Amino acid sequence: MLKRTWAIIQKEFIQTWRDRRTLSIQLAIPIMQLFILGYAIRMNVRHIPTAVADQSLDAASRDYVEAMVASGYFDVVAYVPSQADVIQAIDNGEAQAGIVIPPDFAARVMRNEAQVLLLVDGSDLFTSQTAYNSMSAIAQTHSTEVMIAQARRSGRLTAEQSLLPLDVRIRILYNPNLADLWFLLPGMVATILQTQSIALTAAAVVREREMGTIEQLLVTPIMPGELMLGKVAPNLVIAFVNMLTIIALGVFWFGVPFQGSFGLFCWLAFMYVFSGLGLGLLVSTISQNQKQAQQWTMLMMLLGLVLGGFIFPRYLMPPAIRIIGNLFPLTYFIPIARGIVTKGIGIESLWEQVVSLLAYIVVILFVAIRAFRQRLD
Amino acid sequence: MATTIIQTRDLVKQFKTQAGSINAVNGVTLQVRQGETYGLIGPDGAGKTTITRVILGLLKRTGGESTILGFDSMREPYAIRERVGYIAQQFALPHDLTVLENLHFFAKVHGVPRQDQARRIPELLEFAGLSRFTHLVAGRLSGGMKKKLALACSLIHEPQVVMLDEPTLGVDPVSRREFWNLLGNLRVEKGLTVFVCTPYMDEAERCNWVGLMYQGRLIAHDSPQNIKKMVPGHLLEFTPSSITRAQELVTAMEGVLEVQTYGLMLHVFVDDVPRRQPEIEAMLAAQGIACQGMRQIQVRMEEAFISLVQSQSAR
Amino acid sequence: MRNRFRDRFRRFSAVVQKELTQLLRDRRGLALILTFPMIQLFLFAYAVKLTADHLPTAVANMSPDAQSQAFLSALSVSGFFDLKLYVETEAEVVRAIDEGRVRAGVIIPPDFAPSIERGDAQALVILDGSDSFSVQSGYSAATAVAQAYSLGLVVEKLNRTGSKMVTTPIQSSVRVLYNPTRDDLAFIMPGLVAMLLQVMAVNLTAQSVVREHEMGTIEQLLITPIRPIELVVGKLVPNILIALLDLLTITLAGVFWFGVPFKGDPWLFAWMALLFIVSGLGLGLLISTIAQTQNQAQQLTSMLMLLSQLLTGFIYPRGPMPPAVKAIGNLIPLTYFIRIARGIITKGVGITFLWSDVVALLVYGGLTMVLAAVTFRKRLD
Repeated sequence: MLKRTWAIIQKEFIQTWRDRRTLSIQLAIPIMQLFILGYAIRMNVRHIPTAVADQSLDAASRDYVEAMVASGYFDVVAYVPSQADVIQAIDNGEAQAGIVIPPDFAARVMRNEAQVLLLVDGSDLFTSQTAYNSMSAIAQTHSTEVMIAQARRSGRLTAEQSLLPLDVRIRILYNPNLADLWFLLPGMVATILQTQSIALTAAAVVREREMGTIEQLLVTPIMPGELMLGKVAPNLVIAFVNMLTIIALGVFWFGVPFQGSFGLFCWLAFMYVFSGLGLGLLVSTISQNQKQAQQWTMLMMLLGLVLGGFIFPRYLMPPAIRIIGNLFPLTYFIPIARGIVTKGIGIESLWEQVVSLLAYIVVILFVAIRAFRQRLD
Repeated sequence: MATTIIQTRDLVKQFKTQAGSINAVNGVTLQVRQGETYGLIGPDGAGKTTITRVILGLLKRTGGESTILGFDSMREPYAIRERVGYIAQQFALPHDLTVLENLHFFAKVHGVPRQDQARRIPELLEFAGLSRFTHLVAGRLSGGMKKKLALACSLIHEPQVVMLDEPTLGVDPVSRREFWNLLGNLRVEKGLTVFVCTPYMDEAERCNWVGLMYQGRLIAHDSPQNIKKMVPGHLLEFTPSSITRAQELVTAMEGVLEVQTYGLMLHVFVDDVPRRQPEIEAMLAAQGIACQGMRQIQVRMEEAFISLVQSQSAR
Repeated sequence: MRNRFRDRFRRFSAVVQKELTQLLRDRRGLALILTFPMIQLFLFAYAVKLTADHLPTAVANMSPDAQSQAFLSALSVSGFFDLKLYVETEAEVVRAIDEGRVRAGVIIPPDFAPSIERGDAQALVILDGSDSFSVQSGYSAATAVAQAYSLGLVVEKLNRTGSKMVTTPIQSSVRVLYNPTRDDLAFIMPGLVAMLLQVMAVNLTAQSVVREHEMGTIEQLLITPIRPIELVVGKLVPNILIALLDLLTITLAGVFWFGVPFKGDPWLFAWMALLFIVSGLGLGLLISTIAQTQNQAQQLTSMLMLLSQLLTGFIYPRGPMPPAVKAIGNLIPLTYFIRIARGIITKGVGITFLWSDVVALLVYGGLTMVLAAVTFRKRLD
């Protein structure tokens, strides 16, 4: 049996090596993606273009706008006369946030009845989220400072008492500077590995079937398991090479720290790739032609991406969705990847995911082999 | 004076591989005249498919000239495509269209007007024996029917010349004969010029003109009779009781020009039958080998082909 | 001259007919194409949450008194923190985050109440930095809650000393335009529809030409008088219908099932979507002509999909991206159509605001078709 499997593995390697162009694409794409993503993704938006309608133009209103700008989150791009103008600036995309300060601001502040209207572009999620959060926070802080200053000036508070009684320190574990790439890299490794292994393998069997070359294979003593093992072999190697490349680039070029055990990561990644390959094989057995295979592959990739917890956290998803997410190996590997790379934990803390991943592989390979059609129809 | 339909002059086609470059077609000059059925024969890998594709403009020509109907293969490909019919070696029609849909597709693509389509398609279906199978999807036809469909699709636009690449490969003898009868009728009725690559020697016999290709070169270009005459000697055929030994012994004999095996029989070319036949019988009998059914036969294309190829490879 | 045009049209329509027949004949494939976008829409819509709240949080309260309880309750009531695990020490909190059981931790040191009185109380909030998404809300939420709580204490103290009621001098109200309830779905739906449409359009055509090469059927096609541009456009047209059908179903689902408001002109949207579909199909065809094997086509399509999700403004904003990366985003038609879709659906603007993106898509569609025809290999080698 080993001989037969080895024969298939050899054939597959030769075929893969022959198609050099495809091979170079397969090896180059993840690198390209890493570079692009490394430079592209900014989840925390700063310097949001802001339009200001300051109808008072006094010290108090200028202080207020200054507080917004000083935070670094907002850049004033236009001073306009009225609220309508601010809205129009947001409508046509010139600005994504707006501040409207009515007349007599300073006087009203003294009387404790000042009002400010803050506008946020609701069509762009990250910007609007950041803008909303930071505007609210900055407004609140500024208002508090003004109030305390007032209270101090009127003698109701002493200098010491002006300090807020509760100081909350916030410590961010593992990634204190919130570098986006540190967050994305493990997930990216997981995603790209899964993407490639599913795509490469799904096409494999279907293509043979379509081209008719499967006929010659079916008449040999080869068993489905051996055929599949043989077919996934080169893809396994390619996926692994890609993984190592991404990690190397991430660590040495982008400076992402690798906290945990590299060896452990490799072992678990090896297992993980198998799961993606198993999924790809399953797809190839239920597809009648390559077009269908591609549809399935795309679906799995898209869903894996969204439901696996790469970008959006799983704890926020409704239970039904979370269960669907459990159908993808990505879901188990992302916590593993993040755990080892970013958190630096060991297998003791990960055994739950590891066991799930193992179980997944066993199940998927079993199903795929079962489903493999031994005949031509 | 018949017009030349297909003409090549010193045609060369080179392929670059990892091992270097090969000239699949190595300086071939041939002509096919109007109304002729030209058979291009040759062993596997001789370059038949390659040269067909180059003439049609499907492959890029490396050197020399090639024209069909006066149009250059490289410079006027669309003029050629409008006037030529072609059957590729592998079945290459859309496998998920039905017989009828395939015919309609190729008809439309060749700009056959609708009235003409309405007339020609039933004719072609009848002619190809496919009338009962119009709604079968092409991929599900048997090997023979696929070839007939391909033929029908190649004729839908009433071309002046058709080029067929091994059109009867894998088809049963009865269907093969039918196919050739069809081609014969077309030639007679419509003056169709046919260029066919074939590995079947009996089909080569039915052509007006035959070209024999070997390793990219044309080693014979003549009528079948003349080609058969190219083989020196007269042909004896018999069944020896031990073929390998008999072959060894007979080849060494005087007056024996060439020996070929043919299944369990030997084909021996001798310079003079009355003299050599008894000599061979006697010599083999002395060695304890019986000869059964020794007789003189006409040289056929098959023997001529083998002889010419062997003499080439001996060089 | 007219004869030539008629021939051209005949050849073109022959290709359209053939492609349509083949498309409809692959029943299973058709079923996939028509249902997958809907499936994706639904799963995406329910999976995507943009504001992280209810962060699972561990608490180590080393000073169980009224003050600490009040503070913890303020954190819980804010909705951002889900206090689900109670432990003894800071180390245990960190362990819980390590293991992924919680995403945040609150540590209240001993003597909390007295230190509040003195005015020098401290609390520690620990956030899981491996999850940027949650950290951002966690950060601002923690800060905001703590500040509000502190402020409340100060105000209380002031009022106790008998001065008049102190309120905050400046009331700021934040209004979110177009989507005042900050409904997640309203944020994501237009972009999602656009993205699914592109994925589908590219998918429909990305294999079409290269498949014929691989199957060998290209040979009989090449020998016909069909011109490359006729073949390319002929392959494109039947897919437009399928794509439009998908567009209709997912847009209707978005509006009527998910209740996303459609502020602008539906007809304008339909026309723009048609333009976008042609661009996507054209891009797929280009991939199909430059790829040598179906495998390559698949790789390119996957890469395109990933880049489309991340570089086109679908989720992450394009503003902060460096120019080189923005340029790459500009090569993807989705970038333009997302602005159009958001403009029409969410903002309700008209074509005057969108014309530059419209022109971009027009150019894109035409260019890809021409390029596909040019790169189409007219011979077997």
